[in-house]
Amino acid sequence: MTATNLLQIDKLSKSFAENQVLKSIDLSVAAGEVVSVIGPSGSGKTTLLRCVNFLEVYDGGSIQIDGREVGYVDTSSRKRRGEVDLAGMRAETGMVFQSFNLFPHLTAEQNVMLGLRRVRKKPLKEAREIAQHWLSRVGLSHKADALPSELSGGQQQRVGIARAVAMDPKILLLDEITSALDPELVNEVLDVVRQLAVDGMTMLMVTHEIAFARDASHRIVFMADGLVSAQGKPDDLMAEVATNERLRNFLSRFSATAH
Amino acid sequence: MDAIIYSLPFLMNGLGVTLLVSAIVVALSLVIGVLLGIGLIYGPWPLRWLIRLLSDCIRGIPILVLIFVVYYGLPPLGLNLSSFWAAVLALTVFKSAHVIEYVRGAVTSIPRGQMEAGMAIGLIFPQRLRYVILPQAMRRFLPPWLNGVTDAVKGSALVSLLGVVDLMQAINQVIGRTYEPLPLYVLGALMYFAINYSLSTLSKVLERRYSYIRE
Ligand SMILES: Nc1ncnc2c1ncn2[C@@H]1O[C@H](COP(=O)(O)OP(=O)(O)O)[C@@H](O)[C@H]1O
Ligand SMILES: [Mg+2]
Repeated sequence: MTATNLLQIDKLSKSFAENQVLKSIDLSVAAGEVVSVIGPSGSGKTTLLRCVNFLEVYDGGSIQIDGREVGYVDTSSRKRRGEVDLAGMRAETGMVFQSFNLFPHLTAEQNVMLGLRRVRKKPLKEAREIAQHWLSRVGLSHKADALPSELSGGQQQRVGIARAVAMDPKILLLDEITSALDPELVNEVLDVVRQLAVDGMTMLMVTHEIAFARDASHRIVFMADGLVSAQGKPDDLMAEVATNERLRNFLSRFSATAH
Repeated sequence: MDAIIYSLPFLMNGLGVTLLVSAIVVALSLVIGVLLGIGLIYGPWPLRWLIRLLSDCIRGIPILVLIFVVYYGLPPLGLNLSSFWAAVLALTVFKSAHVIEYVRGAVTSIPRGQMEAGMAIGLIFPQRLRYVILPQAMRRFLPPWLNGVTDAVKGSALVSLLGVVDLMQAINQVIGRTYEPLPLYVLGALMYFAINYSLSTLSKVLERRYSYIRE
């Protein structure tokens, strides 16, 4: 096995009843790498991300993080990991959701602290320090005591990012994290992601912000119909437009509606 | 009138029994209802099916019938309960079925993403319930449940049917001796009202405590 990749996905397949959403995905992410996934709606991008932290049970193939199979005890036997084991693996995988999914009954700081306290078992004081550190990193020190309902969408999503990275995950998964935001709030969130990239956070992100994907990621993966249709360094991928009709169609539709 | 004043200690005893029955029924049905309610939502299918069946059957039987079924039905099975405990058991079974439904309604009203966000930070299932789902479900659970507590207090009067001397039965017995039904029923009504008024005050405090949308 190649031990160099932090995330290694081989021949991943996943169906919802008759609908085969992921056909055979091969994808890898090296430590410190930022990989963006683009592709038309319904091509399976969200499903792919959800498989990586086993929010979605996959049918075939293999997903490994740091050499450990996700969700199953090993690749061949398909025996499910127990709840504690699974939770332990998920704690190593940060996830930021399109719809934020903050805990509405907890303040911003408590949202960030929950995993630190109950999963990482940090003492209260240390958990609070880590939470304050990350809230300040996303520019929300002054909102530590606010409830999610008192925050703007952009602020909520920044808390969502702080909640995920405070756990010190090996890899951060981001699923169209700005698509539920008003246009004027998009940049404050993308800036935070950019900063994380500079700091060397390993990220796999689904995005429809093509310009952002181009300048923030090391590699872009284009998905279509449950397959990786093309991938490469941003400029190389854009050059593939000449030969990949699907990519050409996707990107042209995009530039027509891009803001 | 004197007779009524003399019988006040007797009435107070009855009030005590009413409060005791209500408290036991409310506490037991809360524990049982929450556990089975969670089983109904997250359990494996045979368990879900069984709980659904039980809850539907129990809620479909008039409480009166349930009380007599327990009272007359258990001794032939070798289970001899005093009329007090038979009544408490029947009321608890009845209340539990309702608590199950309050729990189901409250928990399923919480968006899927909450459970998933809890998974994503590595919480195990009981932690997700305790720290994510149940605190949020509380807000939806409290109003119907507190209503149900009031019903339980009123419903506890049914234990008098088995000869348990609760407030209702005490009143009837005093009337039997004094032949003054009206003042005694008014007194009884006031006592039930006092209990339920305190409960509804308490419920407002609780509901405010668990509302996390600051106005
Ligand atoms: N829970 C589910 N049950 C059934 N079908 C689903 C479910 N989630 C996603 N799908 C289907 O899988 C396909 C891919 O969805 P998704 O991964 O969300 O695509 P994308 O994120 O690229 O838009 C869609 O056709 C969608 O309807
Ligand atoms: Mg999607």
